[in-house]
Amino acid sequence: MIDRRLLTNIDWVLAGLVVAICLLGILNIYSATTPYKIVGLAYYIKQFYWMLVGITISLAVCSLDYHILEDLSYWFYGFLILLLLAVLVFGRRSMGATRWLNIGFFNVQPSELMKIVIIVTFSRFFNNFQSVGGLTVKDVLIPLGLLALPAVLIVKQPDLGTATLVILIALSMTIYVGLRWTTIVTFACVTIPMAWIGWAFVFRPYQKNRVLDFLNPERSRLGSGYHIIQSKIAVGSGGLTGKGFVRGTQSQLRFLPEQHTDFAFSVFAEEWGFIGCLLLIAIYFMLVLWGLNIAHRCNDRFGGLLAVGVTAMIFWHTVINMGMVIGMFPVVGVPLPFFSYGGTSMITSMVGIGLLQNISMRRFMF
Amino acid sequence: MKERRFVRELVESKQRVVILSFVVGIAFLFLIIRLWHLQILSAEDYHAMSENNRLRFVPVAASRGAILDRSGKVLVSNRPSFSLAVIPQEVKDKEALLTLLSTLLGLDRTEMAERWEKSTGRAKYYPLVLASNISRDHVEMVEENRLHLPGIEIEMKPVREYTSSQLAAHLLGYIGEVSEKELDSEGFEDYNPGDYVGKNGIERALEKELHGSDGGRQLEVDARGRILRTISESSPTVGNSVILTIDAAMQKQAERAFADQAGAAVAMEVTTGEILAFVSNPGFDPALFSGKLPADVWQGYLDDKRHPLENKALSGQYPPGSTFKMITALAGLQENKINETTSINCYGSYDLGTSTFKCWNKKGHGATNLNKSLRESCDVFYYQLGEKLGVDKIAATAHAFKLGAPLGVELLNEKSGLIPTSEWKQRRFGKRWYHGETLPVSIGQGAVLLTPIQLVSMAATIANEGTIYRPHLVKRIVDADGKTLRETKNEIIGTASFPKESFRLVKLGMLAVVNEPGGTGAMARLYDVKVAGKTGSSQVVKLRDSKKSTPYQYRDHALFVAFAPFDKPEIAVAVVVEHGEHGGTAAAPIAGRILRAYFDGKKPPRKESSGSALEEDEDDGDTVENNAPAAVKEPRVNGDSAND
Repeated sequence: MIDRRLLTNIDWVLAGLVVAICLLGILNIYSATTPYKIVGLAYYIKQFYWMLVGITISLAVCSLDYHILEDLSYWFYGFLILLLLAVLVFGRRSMGATRWLNIGFFNVQPSELMKIVIIVTFSRFFNNFQSVGGLTVKDVLIPLGLLALPAVLIVKQPDLGTATLVILIALSMTIYVGLRWTTIVTFACVTIPMAWIGWAFVFRPYQKNRVLDFLNPERSRLGSGYHIIQSKIAVGSGGLTGKGFVRGTQSQLRFLPEQHTDFAFSVFAEEWGFIGCLLLIAIYFMLVLWGLNIAHRCNDRFGGLLAVGVTAMIFWHTVINMGMVIGMFPVVGVPLPFFSYGGTSMITSMVGIGLLQNISMRRFMF
Repeated sequence: MKERRFVRELVESKQRVVILSFVVGIAFLFLIIRLWHLQILSAEDYHAMSENNRLRFVPVAASRGAILDRSGKVLVSNRPSFSLAVIPQEVKDKEALLTLLSTLLGLDRTEMAERWEKSTGRAKYYPLVLASNISRDHVEMVEENRLHLPGIEIEMKPVREYTSSQLAAHLLGYIGEVSEKELDSEGFEDYNPGDYVGKNGIERALEKELHGSDGGRQLEVDARGRILRTISESSPTVGNSVILTIDAAMQKQAERAFADQAGAAVAMEVTTGEILAFVSNPGFDPALFSGKLPADVWQGYLDDKRHPLENKALSGQYPPGSTFKMITALAGLQENKINETTSINCYGSYDLGTSTFKCWNKKGHGATNLNKSLRESCDVFYYQLGEKLGVDKIAATAHAFKLGAPLGVELLNEKSGLIPTSEWKQRRFGKRWYHGETLPVSIGQGAVLLTPIQLVSMAATIANEGTIYRPHLVKRIVDADGKTLRETKNEIIGTASFPKESFRLVKLGMLAVVNEPGGTGAMARLYDVKVAGKTGSSQVVKLRDSKKSTPYQYRDHALFVAFAPFDKPEIAVAVVVEHGEHGGTAAAPIAGRILRAYFDGKKPPRKESSGSALEEDEDDGDTVENNAPAAVKEPRVNGDSAND
């Protein structure tokens, strides 16, 4: 089972940073949900349980040597593609999109798991790939295919946020492996016209609206631009020191949308102000740097790729969520890892942290 | 071995991790810069927006002050008006509620539904009026069925009540919703759309006193507009009440005396300038103006040839006709062009150059001195005097009486009248004054125009021999508890300095007009008080010889000015009857009735007094004549009939 030597190598910095964010998140969820009518367990209690479940899963993930994943990766990939297809056929509809799959006792969101699986699959692929001097156009055709299949299935759900993240994670890993300049230029020449076609034919009206609202929030003050404006008001009115815990008027009077999930940071920014935000951003920054540090220290290419992939996942979630809350990105349903309320996000992120821990603990074994 | 094969790749990738760390750092730096911008640089703006999000102000209208007459009789006050309102956010089933309301109260369902539809876009916590001015029975019915009517409220708001119906409508004025133009103008900063504001008369002139200050409640609402709590509350301050100088009883008699004739009358205290009666006839119903004015009523007012909406006492400008002769006479005495014994011969007309100026009495008055010239209103006497004086000497005397400019009564839009001078003609028409033009001016025709307020002021100034008081309508302002806040002081705005002897001669002439055989104003005579006055008829158009069936709008105006008692004057009166033709027959009786009402009001109430017949007044139109000694009723009473 677990090698006793490994326990002494537990990465306490990584664990400490994650638990710190989780605890701040629970505190913030307590405040964000006070105006809600609660039936059953309070949200912050549930989130505490999710944190415990997450830590357990995380420990389970790091107990097995991550090299097993190398053999299992394509099986996982194939299974997930089947699940994504199943979602499109049998999935449960919620809020205009089909994302959930009911497997008897449990609802899973396969698109969420895809984030981890794409990391594992790309790690496996690039681990055995000759890439000195950077990848050529021909080199990236296979990973592009591996990415395109799940991405298209997720966009069809439609879940633009998750699809974007899956693409960004894969892109980050590819950059880590290295690209030739010719490859970059060729892709720019292909993707820009593709984006135009996508805008014209593929995007749903509500997705287009979100982008337009982001570009001009005043477009419909009480329509979909409302969320961005109310969130900016909440953040801005927090000022330097904030309005105080459970005293944010924007959140307590429910001017904010999804304020315990996607807009949790907005509540935090209103109540703790610029100083609180600096602290939280600093923790996330340290977490991402630590993830990259793990990749840097790892002398195994597969481990390095996995670490970069997981770190990219956390980084993009954080930047996109915070950027959305403060009006730098369009509103896409991307939670802030460990901080927003929700079991799926917590488990995915914790699986990632388990992988990082796994790599960090075993760095001396090569 | 596999690992070794990719050592170079691993090294390259490790270098890239360092670059990625910098990229990550820059990304987080952007987030921080953006947060700095929002939370530090724009914090105040966003804080204001968040306050604006959560705070709502609901105004509570102040009750308007009352308007009372000089003795404290209420002329305008407020009565509660009930309306049926709904708070939309508290209603679950709108259709069921509307059906219940219409069956329970018999209110028009479609009208209520329409009002509800129109309100979309308003805050859902704000009461929305479904039916206004509902009866007390309806109020009770709603109170009894409270439980079945969630979200329904009875709103009470004060509305204007005119206790004496249409009495003194022009003077009191009316209120209406504040207009957009008013909201944009100075002094209306505290007003909100939908507020009521004085539009006319005292309501407008004393708006600042009457309005009071609105209170309000500061509420905290959530994102759905539900009221969570009241943060602060200020109660409205009731407006101040205005006590007028008007005597309601006199006002009533004066209005009745006009019957259906168009015209104006002003009665004023000689020694104070307090206006006791202020009539513009016909009146209108001011109560109709605060709500939605029925279109037919409005059209009726517009079509009426007598112009009911015009405040004739304030803004009507009339040629004073023969009532102006006192001014010409005083000018003549001042300039030594005439004295008590100066006599001319009236042959019924006067020739100047190629023009002939006619006296109203074609037969002529024969030998005429100053006293007779006033008593019988001889025009030729004044033609000759005017010719000797020139227009500017006459104008100087008129100006000494403060004629030709507003006298400063509290109401807005007081007209200035017109006293022509040679300089005025040069300025206005660019032409010099012709001598012949002075002759009509000397008998109050030509370009001369006076308002009824100026006419009464002129009579009062003659009565008190030169002191000019500012005519005023407001006696004092009291607060809601009746405590006096401000009292209007009697203000002397000028002195017409003429020798006592001149005033005595003119006043004796006016006494003769009413009380001596041949006097043109006998119908203003009182049995117990010596009245002095002067008749006037002023031409509207020159239709000298076709008198028989002159259309209404071309008939002469009838005027009469008077003061009484002769020995110690207390009250002055001016009456204008539009198109009334003869001052002696149309205007003098009205002046007589106003004076009668004044002196009766001063007497201790005695039931059997003949004077108090006014109070019973079935046909009190005859009272003045009944009171006058029968001997006065001689043919010459109507002698003014053909006067210019």
